[in-house]
Amino acid sequence: MSDLFNEKALKEIAEAYKEYEEKLVPEWLKKLPERMEEFTTLSGIPLKRVYSPLDLKGFDYMEKLAFPAQYPFTRGIHATMYRARIWTMRMFSGFGGPEETNERLLFLIKHGETGLSLAFDYPTLIGIDPDDPMAEGEVGIVGVSVPTIVDMDIIFRGIDMGSVTTNMTINPPAPVLLSFYVGVAESKGTPYHKIGGTTQNDPLKEFIAQKSYVFPPEPAVKVAMDLIEWSIKNIPKWNPISISGYHIREAGATAVQELAFTIADGIEYVRQLIARGLDVDEFAPRLSFFWDSHINFFEEIAKFRAARRMWAKIMRDWFGAKKRRSMWMRFHTQTAGVSLMPQFPWINIVRTAIEALAAVLGGTQSLHTNSFDEPFRVPSEFAAKIALRTQQVIAYETGVADVIDPCGGSYFIEWLTDEIEERAWRYIERIERMGGMLEAVKKGFPQREIADAAYTFQKEVEEGKRLIVGVNIFPEEEEEDIRKVPLLDFDQEEIEERQKRRVKWVRENRDKARWRTALDNLRRAAQRGENIMPYVLEAAKARATLGEIMGTLKEVYGVYVEPPIY
Amino acid sequence: MSSRQYTSGQVIPERRPYKVIVAKLGIDGHDRGAKVIARALKDAGFEVVYTGIRQTPRQVVMAALQEDADVIGVSILSGAHLHHVKKLMEELERMGANDIPVVVGGTIPIIDIDKLKEMGVKEVFLPGTSLRKIVEVIRRLAEEKRRKEEESH
Repeated sequence: MSDLFNEKALKEIAEAYKEYEEKLVPEWLKKLPERMEEFTTLSGIPLKRVYSPLDLKGFDYMEKLAFPAQYPFTRGIHATMYRARIWTMRMFSGFGGPEETNERLLFLIKHGETGLSLAFDYPTLIGIDPDDPMAEGEVGIVGVSVPTIVDMDIIFRGIDMGSVTTNMTINPPAPVLLSFYVGVAESKGTPYHKIGGTTQNDPLKEFIAQKSYVFPPEPAVKVAMDLIEWSIKNIPKWNPISISGYHIREAGATAVQELAFTIADGIEYVRQLIARGLDVDEFAPRLSFFWDSHINFFEEIAKFRAARRMWAKIMRDWFGAKKRRSMWMRFHTQTAGVSLMPQFPWINIVRTAIEALAAVLGGTQSLHTNSFDEPFRVPSEFAAKIALRTQQVIAYETGVADVIDPCGGSYFIEWLTDEIEERAWRYIERIERMGGMLEAVKKGFPQREIADAAYTFQKEVEEGKRLIVGVNIFPEEEEEDIRKVPLLDFDQEEIEERQKRRVKWVRENRDKARWRTALDNLRRAAQRGENIMPYVLEAAKARATLGEIMGTLKEVYGVYVEPPIY
Repeated sequence: MSSRQYTSGQVIPERRPYKVIVAKLGIDGHDRGAKVIARALKDAGFEVVYTGIRQTPRQVVMAALQEDADVIGVSILSGAHLHHVKKLMEELERMGANDIPVVVGGTIPIIDIDKLKEMGVKEVFLPGTSLRKIVEVIRRLAEEKRRKEEESH
């Protein structure tokens, strides 16, 4: 393939550019200086005034872009993208007990939500029961409490588990929650091949950023790979992992770091699965990703495009994938929680809309939009509805979904896509030299990079280099306004008591012999290094609780304690 | 501690830098804010002990006593702030350490700020609060604590 622009055209463009930069710009600057000495993206990439074909010299269209559904998938993984089907509007929901969450899910389905996404409370996220002393005061706050298969059953009352897909943001206890889900679906007569959804199940980013780790890094990865292997063979519609940049970004990473660290996590998992003897084309189509969409609009669009191109290259050239689907980076996106501010919180609706637009222009497969009240608490029904409606406006009113990759071909976007990709590769090379991401994580490399980036960002805000409306530009002093935000209200103590009672009831009303055998078998399987999934599933069906199953595994695998570095 | 008073004519011992415990109370893993503030305090000349995540009120109080802390800064983004801070204040009282001022930061509804202050929390910082302000408030609280100590000796 040849260059997009011929020599003669480039020469003319170069002459015009020379006049612009050397004559016109200085004249204008004399009249009015620019707002900043240097403009940079959130990743610190310096930006020129304007981009032109001169920035894309040697740009090979077929190598870098091609068409949607063609390698390297920069323009999108599907041939028709949103013209055929709008992205899945998947609102991360859950609070209180299973009853409250069931009600919220039915509400969202009624208002047009097309996929479910469960948020769990902290005790569930770290695999302890509601009556564990560590769980005190935390039950049902940031998500739903699901310590047993009975709780999962209540969440899905009145919902057809064969037709909805459900995302579960769960990591170390993912095998347990998946087993609850599969167990309930089975009891409703849903065949395994119809069970669809996602478990986040991404252990490395727990150490890097999200910090809801339980087991040390090596067994944590082993358990996650068990789930993937089992799921591919038993529930083929399930996405067993959602390789997540979101938490890495929220913890302070730049867009480039988010991209690089997440892809490096993905590389580690692919290697682990291949080492188990799995064929790359057997599992790669089931890998999915999860990105943050932050407020620096163009950088985010470029990041999504670069991500697809990088992953396709890795899967084809590093791992020899043959199927197109194996090279697809399918992903979910969530708007940036950290960009939401409590000062005059209604403007968070605007921030979220802009971030959501970037995700759509970046070609996401599904999207969660944050609610404006989230700097304070889990969203109210009212705030969640605005967030969902924001997606619907983008999808059905603006026309942005009518043409595929509408930013493709923009000199700036293409230049930025290349630049972000280049910077991400450099990080990946460093991680490769450390022996891959599992080793890099054990050395604390991404953790330190992120802590540095978070501090740099905060200092830039402090110095006025990064502006946040209502915070360091047009600061909002009015506090009374915030009191008017109608927050979600529920009786947490009552829910905690109810959840404690239920878990106790489950423990008292189960087949003791089956329960004990199931946990014993699980322990032995873990000790032998077998795939634990079939044993976890049996334990879940035998009504072992989340805390019991995780406790059994902790005995074998141990517990991770992070060195408190900052 | 009284030996560190500035008295003319005597050898002036070097003033020990203010010491802050930055603690993650409860079981949430959101440590970005805690770490950024720990660094900002360190850069501003404080001595900082960061506890890491998943700390109980008792662990935080023990750390504060062991380290002879001037201020305790607690970060909670799990929504369980009322529960944990109440326990923390009770534990401080029980250990006779309620002279150590406590500040709290995180995702906290305004109405809960009032409740936290009623429990004895000196200041509550929401997202968007400048590091400068946080450092200033903590410095003032540390100064007050040292002054009271010196007066009582």
